[in-house]
Amino acid sequence: MAVEMLSYIDRQSPIHRLTGVTKLICFMIWSSIAMLTYDTRILVCLFLFSIFVFIISKVKLKEVAFVLLFILFFLMINNVAIYVFSPQEGVKIYGTSHVLFEIGGRYTITIEQLFYQMNVTLKYFTVIPAAILFIVTTNPSEFAASLNRIGVSYRISYAVALALRYIPDIQRDFRNISLSQQARGIDMSRKEKLTKRIKNAASIIVPLILSSLDKIEVISNAMELRGFGKNKKRSWYRARPFQKIDVITIILFVLILLVSFYVTLHDGNRFYNPF
Amino acid sequence: MKNNLLSIKTIVAIGIGAAVFVILGRFAVIPTGVPNTNFDTSYGFLALMAVVFGPIAGGLIGLIGHALKDAIFYGTPWWSWVLVSGIVGFLIGLVSKKINIEAGNFNVKKMILFNVVQIIVQAIGWFLIAPSLDVFIYAEPANKVYLQGMVAGGLNMVTVAVLGTLLLGIYAKSRSQSGSLIKED
Repeated sequence: MAVEMLSYIDRQSPIHRLTGVTKLICFMIWSSIAMLTYDTRILVCLFLFSIFVFIISKVKLKEVAFVLLFILFFLMINNVAIYVFSPQEGVKIYGTSHVLFEIGGRYTITIEQLFYQMNVTLKYFTVIPAAILFIVTTNPSEFAASLNRIGVSYRISYAVALALRYIPDIQRDFRNISLSQQARGIDMSRKEKLTKRIKNAASIIVPLILSSLDKIEVISNAMELRGFGKNKKRSWYRARPFQKIDVITIILFVLILLVSFYVTLHDGNRFYNPF
Repeated sequence: MKNNLLSIKTIVAIGIGAAVFVILGRFAVIPTGVPNTNFDTSYGFLALMAVVFGPIAGGLIGLIGHALKDAIFYGTPWWSWVLVSGIVGFLIGLVSKKINIEAGNFNVKKMILFNVVQIIVQAIGWFLIAPSLDVFIYAEPANKVYLQGMVAGGLNMVTVAVLGTLLLGIYAKSRSQSGSLIKED
């Protein structure tokens, strides 16, 4: 049951020193670029840049390897699925067809298809290091403060903070309930039939949900007593003031955003066509 | 507090709800045997929370919960589906007033209303919005994403129909029924 998850890794690095707000803004810029563009040149540049940032963050590859392996596996399946469902998608997008070799019917392999799927994969490679870095270098409490700073209402930011705070607790509850139900002879593993398994899962989920509803009651009473939500604003213990480096970073990312948009949309479509 | 959109209880419900959504979505997923397709029990829970705490809580639990789940377990949020989780939670929440689960009865009529709504909402979400966003944002082949949407959406409908209904029934029973006290003469 000890499943690993990404969490904050405390370390001294230039990336850690940036305020949460900066990292949040940069991450949003980064994902919007990666979502919009299919321009191979930009994707390659962004990918190399994110590798560079990853190195200076002093996060070790080993620490996030489990997620990376999972993502690689997912990407592989996704690529196979794209090929199975639409082996000529690349031809449709780029408008030409360079046949590499024939395998009967529509499954003929073309350079366009390979190029298209390489771009799909590259798109993920671009955003993954940035996303992982954002998660492991931002303190959860500071993350909530940052959400508030960029304009999200502090009530909602606080809800996010609560969620992050209680994920480990709920995970522990889940494990406890699951173990005690197993001790009573309820089998959750694949040895059981599907219908039985669903029923058995309910025997864990129901107590978990009822105890969580109790938690909601207790926590909201405690917050009510402390006068949460009385004022229009709220200060955050973890919020940090902007430094020079934050301003520079944000300006840099805005520039990257503008350049990417310009290059991508320059020829009137999201795809870079080398053919 | 009266003219405030979000009461303290709703805020806490969003926070805890999102955390439970994350854990259920990660650990209480039952594989169907077909690769990459699961009965995702977290949607049954999302439906319950949406009905109990209303559309805003439902929408935000879906949105925050799904985004956090993707982020901490899979490295990066898959935005198109995250958004749809939020929409589904919000739309199911719209019937919360009508079902009024706090009154403590969840009869056949309400059960049917709940299921009709959840099926329509999820059909719009998973069959239409999610795949269209995939095509638009990620430029994936249309037939692939529509099939994925069909399978995932269908499974989610079954999960909500079975688990969601069950949970609502249990929740209703745990409330004291309105009008259960009789004034003695």
